Amino acid sequence: MIYWQLFLAFFIPGILGYGGGPSSIPLIENEVVGRYGWLTVHEFSEVLALGNALPGPIATKMAGYIGYQVAGVPGAAVALFATIAPSMILMIALLGLLLKFKHSPKVKRMTLLVRPAIAVLLGIMTINFFASSIEGAGYVQTIIISIASLLLLEKWKVPPAYVIGGALVYGAIFLG
Amino acid sequence: MKQRDIFIAFFRSGMLGYGGGPSSIPLVHREVVQTFKWMDDEEFSDVLALANALPGPINTKMAGYIGWRVGGVWGMLNALFATAVPTVVLMIVLLTVLNAYKDTPWVAGMSRAVVPVAGVLLGVLTWDFIVKSKGSLGWVGTVVILAISVIVLELLGIHPAILIVGLLGAALLSKSKKTERQGEKT
Repeated sequence: MIYWQLFLAFFIPGILGYGGGPSSIPLIENEVVGRYGWLTVHEFSEVLALGNALPGPIATKMAGYIGYQVAGVPGAAVALFATIAPSMILMIALLGLLLKFKHSPKVKRMTLLVRPAIAVLLGIMTINFFASSIEGAGYVQTIIISIASLLLLEKWKVPPAYVIGGALVYGAIFLG
Repeated sequence: MKQRDIFIAFFRSGMLGYGGGPSSIPLVHREVVQTFKWMDDEEFSDVLALANALPGPINTKMAGYIGWRVGGVWGMLNALFATAVPTVVLMIVLLTVLNAYKDTPWVAGMSRAVVPVAGVLLGVLTWDFIVKSKGSLGWVGTVVILAISVIVLELLGIHPAILIVGLLGAALLSKSKKTERQGEKT
């Protein structure tokens, strides 16, 4: 039962996330936090932040870790399988068809139309993260850390891994 | 020999790519086209276009397909393993260690400090998506779909899957002049 739920929780984002792993993050949150309640918003944002501090594809890291937390190594395997296999099988099965239509405007339009919807999902998740942060660290710290990381990431183009590393050190010293 | 190359190519591009799958595509390109010369530029961009036409994580689709093309089913499994598993193991080790100490004040502080950073990263990603939409759909189209999505998801509380399937259906059924003009350009 838990394996079937894990499969569904990662199969749905895997099959609906157009535009690569990052666009499936809010869909994963919807299942993992919203529907099944395996993680709280706070825990999910922590997993996402640390996932961003580590190299490699983000969707598989999230799936592997959340699967592991919910049901151990078999859980990780099920969640990874559900993330990777369906679109992989589609890709190989539909290869001929896709090669023919890969420049079709309709196929391109699919990604285009889904993009704003993903933006809204991401935006909702962003708001949830800040709400959770205000609850945990308070207004002042949330604003300080947010502005500092926004400047570092966007203005000075510091790689996310360092910004997250810096936040961890800051938190250990000042928020402990 | 070939399987070892496949493993190295995708292990390297997975372990060195920060910021999720899409940002490590150039690394995959370097391994596949330049280092191991399994494909030329044109074939690689075809595979990328294919992968983009399908849902799901982009990197694993690329890895799986290229592995399959170079080394059959084993090549596919090998490439998928090399892409996904090492970073998942890292993730599990790191978070398990942190969780073991989560009652100590300094780890609790770390966990509190990292949430707003995740918020900023997501906020930036949200903005990227909006800007990209504006580039291809224009402000009007973007704002219309944004508004529809907010209403459907937040006010009506409908599952995002239904919204996305609806939008995909609209994309397939649409026969507007705009679509045809875009088609002529490509």
